Amino acid sequence: MKMTGADILINCLAEQGVETIFGYPGGTVLDIYDALYRYGKINHVLTSHEQGAAHAADGYARVTGKVGVCFATSGPGATNLVTGIATAYMDSIPLVAITGNVALNNLGRDSFQEVDIAGITMPITKHNIIVKDVAELADAVRQAFCIADSGRKGPVLIDVLKNVQTAEYDYEPKPPLPLKHIETDPAKVRAAAEIINGCRKPLIIAGGGAAAGNSSENLKKLAEILDAPVTYTLMGKGVISDGDRRNLGMLGMHGTVAAAKALIECDCLIALGTRFSDRVALNRNLFGGGKKIIHVDIDNAEFNKNVPVTLGVLADVDDCLKKLIPLIEKKDGNWLESAICAGQSVKLADCRAYEILRSAAKHAPDGSPLITDVGQHQMWAAQAYPLAYPRRFCSSGGLGTMGYGLGAAIGAAFGCGKLCVLVTGDGCFNMNLNELSTAVTEGVPVVILLMNNGVLGMVRQWQKIFYQKRFSQTTLKKKTDYIKFAESFGAKGILLSESDDIDAKLKEAFDYAIKNCSPVLVDCRISNDDNVLPMIKPGATYDTQLKKMED
Amino acid sequence: MDDKIKKYTIGALVSNKSGVLTRISGLFARRGYNIESVAACATEDTELSRMTVVLVGDEYTLYQLIRQMDKLEDVKKIGCANELDCVYRELLLAKVAATAEIRSQITLINEIYKAKVVDLSIDTMILELTGDPEKLDAFLKVIEPFGILEMSRTGTTVLARGKHTLKDRDCYGDHVN
Repeated sequence: MKMTGADILINCLAEQGVETIFGYPGGTVLDIYDALYRYGKINHVLTSHEQGAAHAADGYARVTGKVGVCFATSGPGATNLVTGIATAYMDSIPLVAITGNVALNNLGRDSFQEVDIAGITMPITKHNIIVKDVAELADAVRQAFCIADSGRKGPVLIDVLKNVQTAEYDYEPKPPLPLKHIETDPAKVRAAAEIINGCRKPLIIAGGGAAAGNSSENLKKLAEILDAPVTYTLMGKGVISDGDRRNLGMLGMHGTVAAAKALIECDCLIALGTRFSDRVALNRNLFGGGKKIIHVDIDNAEFNKNVPVTLGVLADVDDCLKKLIPLIEKKDGNWLESAICAGQSVKLADCRAYEILRSAAKHAPDGSPLITDVGQHQMWAAQAYPLAYPRRFCSSGGLGTMGYGLGAAIGAAFGCGKLCVLVTGDGCFNMNLNELSTAVTEGVPVVILLMNNGVLGMVRQWQKIFYQKRFSQTTLKKKTDYIKFAESFGAKGILLSESDDIDAKLKEAFDYAIKNCSPVLVDCRISNDDNVLPMIKPGATYDTQLKKMED
Repeated sequence: MDDKIKKYTIGALVSNKSGVLTRISGLFARRGYNIESVAACATEDTELSRMTVVLVGDEYTLYQLIRQMDKLEDVKKIGCANELDCVYRELLLAKVAATAEIRSQITLINEIYKAKVVDLSIDTMILELTGDPEKLDAFLKVIEPFGILEMSRTGTTVLARGKHTLKDRDCYGDHVN
């Protein structure tokens, strides 16, 4: 059937099962938006800014496991996607970003709103494609989805020139391309089993790859057979329930005492889908400390990249676990108990943010996703907010994108149809608070816990530790009334002052959000002097974990 | 892993499309690899180009470069030549200052190195030499005193001896683990 490129594009998206697109129209995507309008069966969420659309597609992808899709026009529309694409790239989130561009006869002439978005996004995408000829369009879209979702997932950008959108070509519907499968080498699995069976104190680390591979059940099974403790990286939060007794909590710079002690004490690390980032490995040369490390990862380039490992197993985490579990001998002994006990003497510090987070977790409906921005509140949430399920945590781990949260929360809400809890700070929130209007327009039930301390807390904490308290540009002197701000956008605002009863106020917030399908902003006043602890300084070893600021 | 700095020659078959060279050289730049030369050309297959990259680095960097390159959609096959018996070749063009009095001296050197004179003017000569990169280095050292006005080297290209082809190599080997 002959149709225009714009119609082919929309039909190809439908082939892939795309239900929701986040985006913003403009000059060079008019034809695409026209085709979307005429097609009528794909939901489009109009954000306030293209960055919000990219983060929304990212949040959608994290909670659903499907490929997130966003649209933007050429020039500034496309460049506004860049931070969102980079965020997805660093966290290996499958995304297809579609941008328009000027027609071929205007390309390279510095035309109005022309930018080389393929060139700009080259280092922050898995792949990108400029479509100059309508004959190549359908295959480009099909390939983009396959690349984004195969192997180590990531964002793909398709730049569709204006002339391609209007040109006509034959279109035949096709099923989605099969994803590229990575065969797990049975010899490597046997070697891994041999190492694990020969050790006494194994520790499992769940990373983002364990989340992407939907490996929760098998991971739990492995931990049970080994009677081993489990820790997770920020990207692996939720893979193992925070209620599970084997779960020692997060590992890394702001990880738990129990996880740090277990890391030092264990004789074998089973690292599942983690890249040993500098926030986890810290001192990458001393991280291993002579213990055996089995590294299961879907990306061949990750083995020995940051930390030298004993054995690398190139595999999808879940597939590897399925093949590994039958070869594992049951372990018993007191390793798990001693690992759990090691952390019990040190509780998280008294900090109002923890109380707020624990209360929010109580009031949030079962299965609500937790979304964070970046900074102290992010670490507090990762430490103290219990999550029971995988794919319920959205946070910018690798890129550390302040302003990620609100867009991602909107995407997550569309993805899972549930109320979302967004934890943010007054620094981050100000970066993309425009999306509150999107949340109101779309009736997104999101409870925004705005940890308002009037400072850029994490940077300030580093200034305290490393810059002798010279608080350069980290005190926010804003006069913003967040309650009035929320109400002016059509949302509900609730003040939670330092003397207010947390439970009562949060109950009000959650009740309102659920009843009215509306965003509720809770202005949580907290001290500007609270710190994120424990902390291991960058590049330091796990035995130097600070439990108090005085350390 | 060997942490001695060595020269590694890497061959790759990549999509014959615009932008591929940018993508690959961008990867080298942002990951901080020290690349001595890159040569790219068409192949017997119109869909593919062949790239030869000379890396100066340790074994860690070699494995990272190969594996990071292999992740690019446009890279179809990749392998390091060092572990095979290979033919390495490079082409040099050098324009030297050569007045009539010293032409014969240069011609003598040319004969020893089997270099050709491909252009001659009253006071210059362009010399052409093909060979492995070390031979080119040695030749340049000898003609340098005459005054090199400008020169161009193509960068190393490589093919394995015997029946080995990059196309048939199933992967670059899993010898890292």
